[in-house]
Amino acid sequence: MNAPLKQHLIDPEICIRCYTCEMTCPLEAIEHDDNNVVVDALKCNFCMDCIPVCPTGSIDEWRVVNTPYSVDEQFEWEELPEQAEIETDSATDTGIEALDDDMAALLAEAHKGAGGKSTAPATASKPTINMYNLGKPAIATVQGNYRLTANDSDSDVRHVILDLGGLPFPVLEGQSVGIIPPGTDEAGKPYLPRLYSVSSPRDGERPNFNNLSLTVKREDHGVCSNYVCDLKQGDKVQLTGPFGATFLLPSDANAHLLMICTGTGSAPFRGFTMRRQRETPNAKDSMTLIFGARRPEELPYFGPLNKVPERFLKKVFAFSRQDGEAKQYVQDKLRQERDQIARLLQDPNGHIYICGLKEMEQGVEEAFSDIARGVGLTWIEIRDAMRQDGRYHVETY
Amino acid sequence: MTDLLNVSYDTQIPNNVGLSSDKKVLKALERWHPGYINWWNDLIPKNFQDSLIYLRTAVSVDPKGWTKFDYVKMPEYRWGVLLAPQVEDRRIPCGENAGELAWQEVPGEYRSLLRRLIVIQGDTEPGSVEQQRFLGLTSPSLYDMRNLFQVNVEEGRHLWAMVYLLFKYFGRDGREEADDLLRRSSGSEEAPRMLGAFNEETPDWLSFFMFTYFTDRDGKMQLEALAQSGFDPLSRTCRFMLTEEAHHMFVGETGVGRTIQATVDAMNKAGITDPYDIDKIRSLGVIDLPTIQKKLNLHYTLSLDLFGNEVSTNAANAFNSGIKGRYMEMRIKDDHKLNNDKYPVRTVKDGAIVSEEVPALTAINMRLRDDYVRDAAGGVGRWNKLIAKSGVDFQLKIPHEGFHRQIGVFSSVAVDPDGNILSSEDWLEKSKDWLPTKADGDFIQSLMKPCFEVGKYASWIAPPKVGIDNKPGDFEYVKLHMA
Repeated sequence: MNAPLKQHLIDPEICIRCYTCEMTCPLEAIEHDDNNVVVDALKCNFCMDCIPVCPTGSIDEWRVVNTPYSVDEQFEWEELPEQAEIETDSATDTGIEALDDDMAALLAEAHKGAGGKSTAPATASKPTINMYNLGKPAIATVQGNYRLTANDSDSDVRHVILDLGGLPFPVLEGQSVGIIPPGTDEAGKPYLPRLYSVSSPRDGERPNFNNLSLTVKREDHGVCSNYVCDLKQGDKVQLTGPFGATFLLPSDANAHLLMICTGTGSAPFRGFTMRRQRETPNAKDSMTLIFGARRPEELPYFGPLNKVPERFLKKVFAFSRQDGEAKQYVQDKLRQERDQIARLLQDPNGHIYICGLKEMEQGVEEAFSDIARGVGLTWIEIRDAMRQDGRYHVETY
Repeated sequence: MTDLLNVSYDTQIPNNVGLSSDKKVLKALERWHPGYINWWNDLIPKNFQDSLIYLRTAVSVDPKGWTKFDYVKMPEYRWGVLLAPQVEDRRIPCGENAGELAWQEVPGEYRSLLRRLIVIQGDTEPGSVEQQRFLGLTSPSLYDMRNLFQVNVEEGRHLWAMVYLLFKYFGRDGREEADDLLRRSSGSEEAPRMLGAFNEETPDWLSFFMFTYFTDRDGKMQLEALAQSGFDPLSRTCRFMLTEEAHHMFVGETGVGRTIQATVDAMNKAGITDPYDIDKIRSLGVIDLPTIQKKLNLHYTLSLDLFGNEVSTNAANAFNSGIKGRYMEMRIKDDHKLNNDKYPVRTVKDGAIVSEEVPALTAINMRLRDDYVRDAAGGVGRWNKLIAKSGVDFQLKIPHEGFHRQIGVFSSVAVDPDGNILSSEDWLEKSKDWLPTKADGDFIQSLMKPCFEVGKYASWIAPPKVGIDNKPGDFEYVKLHMA
């Protein structure tokens, strides 16, 4: 049996048959008859050139299918078919996070900790995905590469700024990009891209500069992390993406965000915080960050974070190796803040985001269970309801 | 090296044609610029000029990132000169020079023909903005107002595109023509716009939607034909303009569609099944379908006139010289020369409408008009689907090509919408059933009350199915300046 695939379709009820997409498609994968304009699944390579030229928004439609709808079938449509229920492994769902299977599988794995199918917040901006892929990567220029951890620390975490120059690269906070390390693996094949969360907001590391930043930790023997951490200003980097369509920020000033992270898991939350600072700088008491690291010297963005006013962003740090202090983990801090968190669990505007190492999941889940139980609720039920509502998000690796 | 995909903002005029190193043309454009801004500022009511409009601005000619949406005040819109990227080794697609390298400079022998085509195209762009200048005052929603102004600023940009060609390639003559484009004015007694349809009023929003659907579609077909030009800069200009033109088609098709939707919804709600129960339907604050048919008849026929004479030696020359191609020339599979080919043209002979074969070269206008009719019929079919879905028994029809024509073979006879030739007395008696009367216009006018509340729509038009730039239904598309 063929693996299910994502098929690009055009909504015949919204399309006005201007054929601009057809003229734009470099592969002539789009054609029309007197009735409809359709995409030939056998030719489309997801290059996305047709998406921004469409005046109607009818072109950004996707279905997961076992057998693609043929061109002739599509010509007959008066409306788009519903997404069929499809038995698949966890790598596919209808909130399509990436169009190439490798990237989709990576994200599915990262989002597994949410306990079910992830959903984007209802008010999130619509993400662009897969504009660039292995065959057609974007080339970015390194603008800067700064060490975030203390020099005497054995943990080397980097803030890397990439400039896209004139290339369009619309990325939302919480989305990821792929970096293709140069060279080949043992089998002589080019490396696949590694995924990194973007740590800057959508309008750039600096507003209206077409750049983005990443937060990358050097891993022993990590092919890509060593490559990225060693990048010098002016170096060229091959990017794919953007990827990810669920771990996104709600566009809702009333949403209260609880963000839990360790280490470089802070990357998306830096983007979330900066976006909110630019969009609603006067918001109060609507973001809480619970951030774990071994020591303050190893906590990325410790300095800049402390400059964000407490009433804009409540910050709770958990240090597990601080001299003279008891070991503290994020779950300990959650328990400490149990009253606030119990309220958030019951608040329809409450959103929870967890990002960091896989190991943190268990402790965090247990803390949530305890807190829920304390107010007579069942965590799994709350979690599943919040997740289906697009208010519970996990990205761990 | 000049970056040919991305727009340079190093001069006052955004461009991807390396203006900063083309001092002569830059100077000419900068001299023309204040006159353009004055024309714009005098045109559209001041409170709209001061409002923040959620507009798209072209920032690149790369399809991936060609546009950016943001709040802009219209006078601060970055009108620029944008050409689609040059295709390497592009060849002249048609006519006696077919297969030769496309011209990067104007060939001397075609100079006046080319200039005339560019001026005619250029003249329509400001003309339509002039026709629509007061519509903002009666906008049925902020969404529609935004769409109107988007159309307007892009027509303005299309004027820039043509003016650039005039300055760059036509010297002193070109500069004079560019000035005249700002001197002529829609509906003016002394200096009207060059084509009839652009001197007609656009008195109400249904007219605007019909205009963008039918008349801008003529513009689209002309741009398609010019995009095939062997004169490469013209081809590249028109190809990029077509990307923007698609939005105008969208405004027209969805505007009429939403008007129809509001009508059939109101009829169903009130339990009215007879679409000809006009007074009762109008009392619901919506436009009855027979009146929509009359508006369609009017705008469709005015637009057919824009294609000129069915048989034309000018058109033959333009094609034969490779200045103007056919619709989708590159995808047509023939010799692209048409020396021995025939094309059927309808004409009037001995009081009857007959089809006759003429040399295909002379029937270039006719062919483009036939392509237009097919293209225009598509949307009418989709409007009919809306009506059918609602259960109302009514079908909109595209009238016969001979109906209500002022130009071409049918201008000498009176023809009814089904294609029957009538006596002038019969025409006088019956035409009020086919074309909007003063009373119809007055009724439509009576509905033109502004609706400026965020997320709200006037009674006679349904909300759109999808927002612009994926925005939600209650998005504030225009932040009105009310001072």
